[in-house]
Amino acid sequence: MKNVKTLNKSTYAKKAISAGCGECQASCQSACKTSCTVANQKCENVNKK
Amino acid sequence: MFLRLNFKKRNKDMVHLFSQQGYNIALDSASGAVHVLTGIAAEMLRLLKPPLAPVCPVGVRYALAKYPAEDVAEAYSDLYSLYEDGMLFSEDMKGVAPASDAARIPVKSMCLHVSHDCNMRCRYCFAGTGSFRRERSLMDTGTAKKAIDFLLEKSGPIRNLELDFFGGEPLMNFGVVKEAVRYGREREKELGKNIRFTITTNGTLLDDESIAFINENMYNVVLSIDGRKEVNDRIRTYTDGSGTYDDILPLYRKLVESRTSGTYYVRGTYTRENLDFSKDVLSLADAGFDQISVEPVVLPPSDPLSIREEDLPVLFSEYEKLTEAMIVRYREGRAFNFFHFMVDLDAGPCVYKRIKGCGSGSEYVAVTPDGDVYPCHQFVEHTEFRLGSIFDPDGLDNELRSSFAKCNICTNPECSGCWVKYFCGGGCAANNYNSSGDITVPYRIACELERKRVECALVLKAATSE
Repeated sequence: MKNVKTLNKSTYAKKAISAGCGECQASCQSACKTSCTVANQKCENVNKK
Repeated sequence: MFLRLNFKKRNKDMVHLFSQQGYNIALDSASGAVHVLTGIAAEMLRLLKPPLAPVCPVGVRYALAKYPAEDVAEAYSDLYSLYEDGMLFSEDMKGVAPASDAARIPVKSMCLHVSHDCNMRCRYCFAGTGSFRRERSLMDTGTAKKAIDFLLEKSGPIRNLELDFFGGEPLMNFGVVKEAVRYGREREKELGKNIRFTITTNGTLLDDESIAFINENMYNVVLSIDGRKEVNDRIRTYTDGSGTYDDILPLYRKLVESRTSGTYYVRGTYTRENLDFSKDVLSLADAGFDQISVEPVVLPPSDPLSIREEDLPVLFSEYEKLTEAMIVRYREGRAFNFFHFMVDLDAGPCVYKRIKGCGSGSEYVAVTPDGDVYPCHQFVEHTEFRLGSIFDPDGLDNELRSSFAKCNICTNPECSGCWVKYFCGGGCAANNYNSSGDITVPYRIACELERKRVECALVLKAATSE
């Protein structure tokens, strides 16, 4: 498209399949300890599609 | 596993459109789709309201009459394609029911306070200079092992567990750290679990032995330092008031240079005394570190170091300056990561994780040197939040745990209408409590800063994807 460049390849809805396994890191443990950001965490679902 | 999802609701207000550093960016909040737009497409999007028709509305064509008609038609066609593909004005989740029965929620992450003592006296310490405003104490080996048993027992089907050695200064109790890791490695094999040990240290007690041990055993290490020497040494001092910068910097370099696996962050705090914190981030990058986190201080508004609402314009400008500098360095081949600008648009967490946030109180707990369990490290000084004891694993206060599980972006009306909710996960319950006395009331300053950081993160994504 001439007027749009989409930066991601997937959406939350598409990634909802096989999700919610709970294997990912707690966001607060990685660096912050005083705030919360979840979007920088990696999905660790070994069964994801 | 924990939630029921139903993508039904057409979202009219959750396209966040902004312009920064020459980029027009639209985030479709409900789908997570991020679009970089031309000027005409950005102007047009500001005029559009769903549902969209296949043909550009007359009013929009009229409003954009300064552009050639074919350009307007093409821009509309592009935006309409996104709409049709569920990546613009997309449907939000409706009827989401996060699990709130804490008795059934596994504990998978633990902050283990092996030391309620510290050899530093940082002026902003939320932990009361390490003691959490109690008698200074160290955890014994038996309690550390029992805490690991507790984590393993409470983790249910979850395989990947986390245990962060925290304080105070955890290296003041290095012997117990080593024993706990050895014990954890034994038990994880027996039970088919994977414990990721991490440690958060002020660096002053690092030596060859502890550096080697950390690099061999710790999945992540957080190295506290505030940036510029004068900034660090004004606040991060030994008990005699002298600064720590010159002692810790070479030790951090040694640790990072010899680290062959796992992650690290040099992590600083900015306060009202260094609102120009972008200079501190760049100072750490110039010192040779490429994994950096510098974050706003957590203090009550009455404290002279606390961040106030009137500071926000300056802080927004600082985040923009930092973004610009990171783009320049990326193009020069000197890129570094800034924790709060790290956003993984493709391999990032699922919606379940984004709704639940950090899981404090439910999935995540802190354990004190005497084995008491709290929702997280920031609640340890508030005895009314004591959840129980590792010595009585069946006696946890699941009603209190449930109140934390219920605190999420779906149940909180202030979060449910916010465009950044799937990035922050609802923010920090401790920050909420410290600012308002209620874990469910968002801390406005943190929300404002998070929104700005996500905008900057998306600009950085746009710039580095060219």
